Amino acid sequence: MEHYLMNLTLKVWRQANSNAKGKFETFKVKDISSEMSFLEMIDVLNEQMIREGHDPIAFDHDCREGICGMCSMYIDGRPHGPWHANTVCQLHMRAYKDGDTIVIEPWRANAFPVIKDLMVDRSAFDRIIQAGGYVSVNTGSPVDANATPIQKDNADAAFAAAACIGCGACVAACKNSSAMLFVSAKVSHLALLPQGNPERKSRVTNMIAQMDKEGFGSCTNTGACEAVCPKEIKMSNIARLNNEYLVAGLTIDK
Amino acid sequence: MLNSKIPAGALDQKWVDYKGHCKLVNPANKRKLEVIVVGTGLAGASAAASLGELGYKVKAFCFQDSPRRAHSIAAQGGINAAKNYQNDGDSVFRLFYDTIKGGDYRAREANVHRLAEVSVNIIDQCVAQGVPFAREYGGLLNNRSFGGTQVKRTFYAAGQTGQQLLIGAYQALERQVALGNVHQYTRHEMLDVVMVDGKARGIIARDLVTGKLERHFGHAVLLCTGGYGNVFYLSTNAMGSNVTAIWKAHKKGAYFGNPCFTQIHPTCIPVTGDHQSKLTLMSESLRNDGRIWVPKQKDDPRKANDIPEEERDYYLERRYPAFGNLVPRDVASRAAKERCDAGYGVGTTKQAVYLDFKFNLINKYGKAEANKHGIENPDTETLIRLGKEVVKEEYGNLFDMYEKITGENPYEVPMRIYPAVHYTMGGLWVDYELMTNIPGLYALGEANFSDHGANRLGASALMQGLADGYFVIPYTIGNYLADDIATKPIPTTHEAFEQTEKAVAERINKLMSIKGDTTVETYHKRLGKIMWEKCGMARNAQGLKEAIAEIQQLKKEFWSNVRIPGTIEEMNPELDKAGRVADFIELGELMCQDALNRNESCGGHFREESQTEEGEAKRDDDNFAYVSAWEYKGESAWELHKEALTFEVAKLTQRSYK
Ligand SMILES: Cc1cc2nc3c(=O)[nH]c(=O)nc-3n(C[C@H](O)[C@H](O)[C@H](O)COP(=O)(O)OP(=O)(O)OC[C@H]3O[C@@H](n4cnc5c(N)ncnc54)[C@H](O)[C@@H]3O)c2cc1C
Ligand code: SF4
Ligand code: FES
Repeated sequence: MEHYLMNLTLKVWRQANSNAKGKFETFKVKDISSEMSFLEMIDVLNEQMIREGHDPIAFDHDCREGICGMCSMYIDGRPHGPWHANTVCQLHMRAYKDGDTIVIEPWRANAFPVIKDLMVDRSAFDRIIQAGGYVSVNTGSPVDANATPIQKDNADAAFAAAACIGCGACVAACKNSSAMLFVSAKVSHLALLPQGNPERKSRVTNMIAQMDKEGFGSCTNTGACEAVCPKEIKMSNIARLNNEYLVAGLTIDK
Repeated sequence: MLNSKIPAGALDQKWVDYKGHCKLVNPANKRKLEVIVVGTGLAGASAAASLGELGYKVKAFCFQDSPRRAHSIAAQGGINAAKNYQNDGDSVFRLFYDTIKGGDYRAREANVHRLAEVSVNIIDQCVAQGVPFAREYGGLLNNRSFGGTQVKRTFYAAGQTGQQLLIGAYQALERQVALGNVHQYTRHEMLDVVMVDGKARGIIARDLVTGKLERHFGHAVLLCTGGYGNVFYLSTNAMGSNVTAIWKAHKKGAYFGNPCFTQIHPTCIPVTGDHQSKLTLMSESLRNDGRIWVPKQKDDPRKANDIPEEERDYYLERRYPAFGNLVPRDVASRAAKERCDAGYGVGTTKQAVYLDFKFNLINKYGKAEANKHGIENPDTETLIRLGKEVVKEEYGNLFDMYEKITGENPYEVPMRIYPAVHYTMGGLWVDYELMTNIPGLYALGEANFSDHGANRLGASALMQGLADGYFVIPYTIGNYLADDIATKPIPTTHEAFEQTEKAVAERINKLMSIKGDTTVETYHKRLGKIMWEKCGMARNAQGLKEAIAEIQQLKKEFWSNVRIPGTIEEMNPELDKAGRVADFIELGELMCQDALNRNESCGGHFREESQTEEGEAKRDDDNFAYVSAWEYKGESAWELHKEALTFEVAKLTQRSYK
């Protein structure tokens, strides 16, 4: 790839903590290489700010490989930025050109309060999993792994749903701040496997109840979530979830 | 002094006997016992969940915003288990032997055999949790082969195996949180161990959101805090991966085992420039299907696809015909470095070699698919198209990741790869029960030194993390806590907590008060450069001595001139990083000391003074068949304790992959 340098203007959301009022601040960065990742560009800005005696921008990140789900930036009106099926840590600067202005905000949702600048609190997702996103099996001696063959298509579909990284981009993209795509990914992952079968009904019921309790909005099928999901979790999972929920409601046994 | 507590008896009976005779804690008493688990990766999450299930009161800590983000999530290729589902001659013994040999005979036989034994239970456990491993059309589990072995024993979920395993363990953990057996503390960083009467009895942790210090009591403390590869600045580890937890334990008296044993992984995306913040792995499993080569001509200006077959040097296949592209990591890494140093490297920096999938796309997958679909005499294009579909299913996410980072499509042009720091075999010294030399303080997963000797084979870290957490610690901790049932929880107003917290606070204050003019990042980069150049892929005595002096100097500068913005009582990532880098600097010095002491080449540790005429690593069993366990003796001072390694079953030979 041809490599080039660029100067950019960044408008970044600054907020000292969850109680403080936030505002946008504008920064200039120079000589950014097209080979840098987006977060490396922020690193450059932060180093510059520290040297000049300012408080650097706080943001979440860890693996920088698109898998831990920690990074979360709302860039020019889109969670994780312009690339399809991507996390912001995997966004590279060749997506931009000299002179561009980039607006960066945190995820915005009542259930995800801002901790500082671009960092938000996503512990609501953990609590949704606690409500039922598991198979109740203790460590011990389950049956041999090959004792239960699983149709490859089902296994593949379960894997595709299980690929969710819990980043919350779906919530950030949704005008209702619904967490349905996230919840449906987990419900689908486990509903598609025989191991998940015994708790199918209670799982979906309890997870949905917890989701409502956390203050996520309802789903109106706009598809904004699917469009930004870095792991290409499909809306069809939401359809499966609705179905599971309906069946559970009709026949709930506990 | 060092007692590894390896049970007597035949190798394959030791663990069985141990489990049959270790002390147990009855359920009523378990509820009175509190266990602190630091880290929620595969080792920590599996341990916390399993101990919670048993009825212990568990507190689990991680520095990320959720346990699910631990760096285990990033593991790509797979997990080994001696299931022999492929009927290709695998067995517990073979997995044991491969691992001992792969580790270049610097690991304990008893530990490694236990690991191979429980490997089969891990797969059963994970499948029961709903881990969606790859399957065959018949519905049974699929396997792939991995570097350094000749059987197919690696279970996988595309290139996201670690993610799926960690989600399994995370879900088990969250279930215990819901049941009230585990309390989870996210965005918390452990900053010291609290010792009472010579035993580990708690930790001091910092809430990273408020910046406040907290005291937590535990009858026992488990450190499952991962590897310390970031001492090199650039590595395949996550940005937050650090040595702090085990380093604090080390300074409290826990011995550090084999600190210099670092694994440099042969297949990572090369560095592009000074802005580079981390390196990205391309799973070793790609070597099953990719062939590694460089041009036969030095500084060949042509594009990879324009270089004809006969002008390519498939140097691994040439040098190691028996294993070819599947030689262990240390061998593959050094061979790549050798070619690049000799002037055959490719890409703009010339610090890269090609990993090329075309041959197998066509010949392996393309032809098999064409056969399956009854296509006769397919042309190359058809073969490539068919082959791509298979490769996409196996490694799609890795190919996408490569393209996102480099802007090149690896289905069309060969990947460019170069070795990078990946894994640390060293860690806290532990005995057979995974206890450090401090009573009540355990280390699990990558944080301990235990099972991989001088070089880890692919797909065996996930195995070890889960073995430690699901199947070993639930037994061994009972053997310790059974004698502790009468111990009441120690109030955190105890002077030991008071004093430890005070020392932690003083250090933080000191860091903040320096107010110098150089950023934390700058020091970290400088440390990384020293380590990579002088304690990296090849080491020699002179370089190591220089490195020690340079690191001591760096430490002085850091503590007099580092600049940390912001305040203590707020979310302050620069302050968190400063504490970690300060610990890395001290660790770096110990790693160089250890590398200097070990005047032999073994596994990932290549001492230039100790090589064969053909430039292969030369081990010295007469003088170095021991584990180095370093005791902290104050600033820049350590005492070496040696745990002799004895081999009852394995025959020590120079590894040969020719
Ligand atoms: C890119 C990559 C690919 C890999 N692929 C494979 C593979 O295919 N097969 C294989 O077998 N192995 C693989 N490995 C190695 C393997 O993933 C790791 O060795 C293993 O997952 C480590 O697990 P762990 O539980 O010991 O630590 P980690 O998963 O690193 O977890 C560490 C935990 O400790 C916490 N922590 C750390 N310090 C503190 C502190 N001071 N206070 C509080 N909490 C703390 C963190 O928050 C985290 O929860 C790979 C490694 C990498 C980097
Ligand atoms: S469904 Fe997609 S967008 Fe939502 S949390 Fe999962 S990976 Fe992120
Ligand atoms: S930092 Fe891990 S997904 Fe982006």
